[in-house]
Amino acid sequence: MKHGSAIIGLGVATFLVLLAAGFAYDAAFASHMWVLFFVLLISVVVLLRRTTFEPAPVINPSVYMDEPIRYGVVATMFWAVVGLLVGVIVALQLAYPELNIEPWFNFGRMRPLHTSGVIFAFCGNALLATSFYVVQRTTRARLFGGDLVWFVFWGYQLFIVMAATGYLLGITEGREYAEPEWYVDLWLTIVWVAYLVVFLGTILKREEPHIYVANWFYLSFIVTVAMLHVVNNLSMPVSLLGTKSYSAFSGVQDALTQWWYGHNAVGFFLTAGFLGMMYYFVPKQANRPVYSYRLSIIHFWALIFLYIWAGPHHLHFTALPDWAQTLGMVFSIMLWMPSWGGMINGLMTLSGAWDKLRTDPIIRMMVAAIAFYGMSTFEGPMMSIKTVNSLSHYTDWTIGHVHSGALGWNGLIAFAALYYMVPKLWNRERLYSMRMVSWHFWCATLGIVIYAAVMWVAGIQQGLMWREHDEQGFLVYSFVESVAALHPYYQIRALGGGLYLTGALIMAWNVAMTILGYQRCEEPIGGALPAMQPAE
Amino acid sequence: MDYHIMRTFADSWGLLAMLLFFIGASIFAFRPGSKVLSDEAARIPLKDD
Repeated sequence: MKHGSAIIGLGVATFLVLLAAGFAYDAAFASHMWVLFFVLLISVVVLLRRTTFEPAPVINPSVYMDEPIRYGVVATMFWAVVGLLVGVIVALQLAYPELNIEPWFNFGRMRPLHTSGVIFAFCGNALLATSFYVVQRTTRARLFGGDLVWFVFWGYQLFIVMAATGYLLGITEGREYAEPEWYVDLWLTIVWVAYLVVFLGTILKREEPHIYVANWFYLSFIVTVAMLHVVNNLSMPVSLLGTKSYSAFSGVQDALTQWWYGHNAVGFFLTAGFLGMMYYFVPKQANRPVYSYRLSIIHFWALIFLYIWAGPHHLHFTALPDWAQTLGMVFSIMLWMPSWGGMINGLMTLSGAWDKLRTDPIIRMMVAAIAFYGMSTFEGPMMSIKTVNSLSHYTDWTIGHVHSGALGWNGLIAFAALYYMVPKLWNRERLYSMRMVSWHFWCATLGIVIYAAVMWVAGIQQGLMWREHDEQGFLVYSFVESVAALHPYYQIRALGGGLYLTGALIMAWNVAMTILGYQRCEEPIGGALPAMQPAE
Repeated sequence: MDYHIMRTFADSWGLLAMLLFFIGASIFAFRPGSKVLSDEAARIPLKDD
C-alpha cells in the first residue's frame, strides 16, 4: 500500500494531538493543538485519497530524485511571496499604527512571522531544494534515504506552519530568530537530524571521489545549525501539555547564548548555506569553473573558524564582560577577509565572460547578489566596531544592514538559483520569459537601494537624536520626538519593500507559467557584441 | 571542570590547536601539485546535465 506507514503514523499522531488539545495545560496550547490537529487530519485525508494498492514501481538508483526538489522550488516561491508580503505589512504597521489589528495581527506578533517567514520558510526551503539538487549533481548519486527525503520536506513545512500559527496565537520564547516554543523546537530537531542523514548519506555513497566545495558549505550549514538550535533551545517546559518553557541559562549567559545562536544563524544559515549555492549555480550559469578552487577551500575554513566568535558584537555596552565584547568585535573585523575572499572568488568566476551581464539577466542577478554580499559583509564588521556601534546600536541602521544582506544577497542568489533550476527540473527549453527576469531584477535592486539608503538616513538621524545633549548635559530630544521624525522614512521604506515584493510576484508568475509549459513570445535580450572587423 | 579551566584551555591550547589546523589546511590547499587536482575538482559541476 502506497504511503501505508505514513497514513498509519499520521493517523495515530492526529489522535494523540486531539488528546493533547483536550487535556491542554493552557488555552494557547489547546488552540495550537487544534491547528495541528486539522493540519494532520487534512494530511491523512489527502494521503488516503492518493494511496494505491498496486505494487510499488521499481526505483532506478541511477536516476536523480528530483520530485522533492520540485516541491521545494514551489514551496520556496510560495513562502517568498508570503514572507515578503508580511514584511511590507509590518513596514506599513510601523508607519501607520492603525494597521495593528489586535490581538493576532499586531506588530509584536507579525514581526517574528515576517523574520521566520523569510529566513526559515523562504531561505530554508531554498536551502533544502538547492542542497538536494547540488549534492546529487556533484556527487553523481541519487539522494540517500528514499522516503526520508519526503519526511524532511513535509516535516519542515509542518515546522513552519506550527511556528507561524504559534506566533499569531501569541506563543513565543522571545528569542530572536528562535521564537518557537519547546515542542516545535523538538520537532525541528527531529527533522533536522533526518536532513543531516539524507545529505551525509548521499555524500557517503557518492560516485565522484572528490567532495565538491559547495557540499562542504551545505554540510557545515546543516551541522552547525543543528548545534546552534539544540544549545540555544535548552529549556524546561512548565508542563508537557503547555506552551511555556524556561531557558536553561539566565541573565547575561542567556543573552550571550541567544546571540551566539542569532549571529551564527546569519553566519551559517544565511551565509555558509548560500555560499554553497553560489559555488554551484554561478559556475553553472556562467558555464565556467570557479575562479580559484583553492581560494574556496581557504574561504571555507576561515569562515568556519571566525564566524562562530562574532556573536558578542550584538551585546556591546551591555552587562556582557568587556573582553567578550572586544572578542566579538575583533572576530567580526577579521571576517572581512574570508567574506571578501569569497566575494572575489564568486565575481572573478565571470572573468572573461563579463559580456553575459548584458545578455543574461540571471547572471546579472547573481553578480548583484555577490556584490550585496560584499557590501553587507563590509558594513557588518564596521558596525561591530564599538565606536560605530555606539551610534548604530538599536537604530534602524541595523535594520537597513540586515535587509541589504537578506534582500540583496540571500534573496537575489536564491531567486537566481530558482530561475536556473526551474526549466531543468520541469524539462522546459527555457523560462517562460527572460524579459520578466530583467524586470524582476530591476524592481528588486531598486527596492533594496531605496530600503537600505532610507534606513541609513533614518538610523543615523535616530542615533544622533538620541545622543544630542545641550551645554548643561541634558538630552535635547525626547524619545517620542525621534519616533515622529522617522515617519517619512518608514513610508519610503514600505515603498522599497513593496518594489521588492512586486519583483517576487513577477517571478512567481514567470515560474508558474514555465512549470505549466508556456513560452512567452518575446524579443530575445539584445546587447550581444557585434562581430569584430579585423583592422585594415 | 569549572568555567576557569575551560576558559584557560580555550585561550591557550584550544586556540593553538585551531590556529594550527587552519594553517595546516591552508598549506595543504596550496601544497605543490594541488593546482592540477583543484582545477579538476573545480570542473565537477560542469561535467554533466
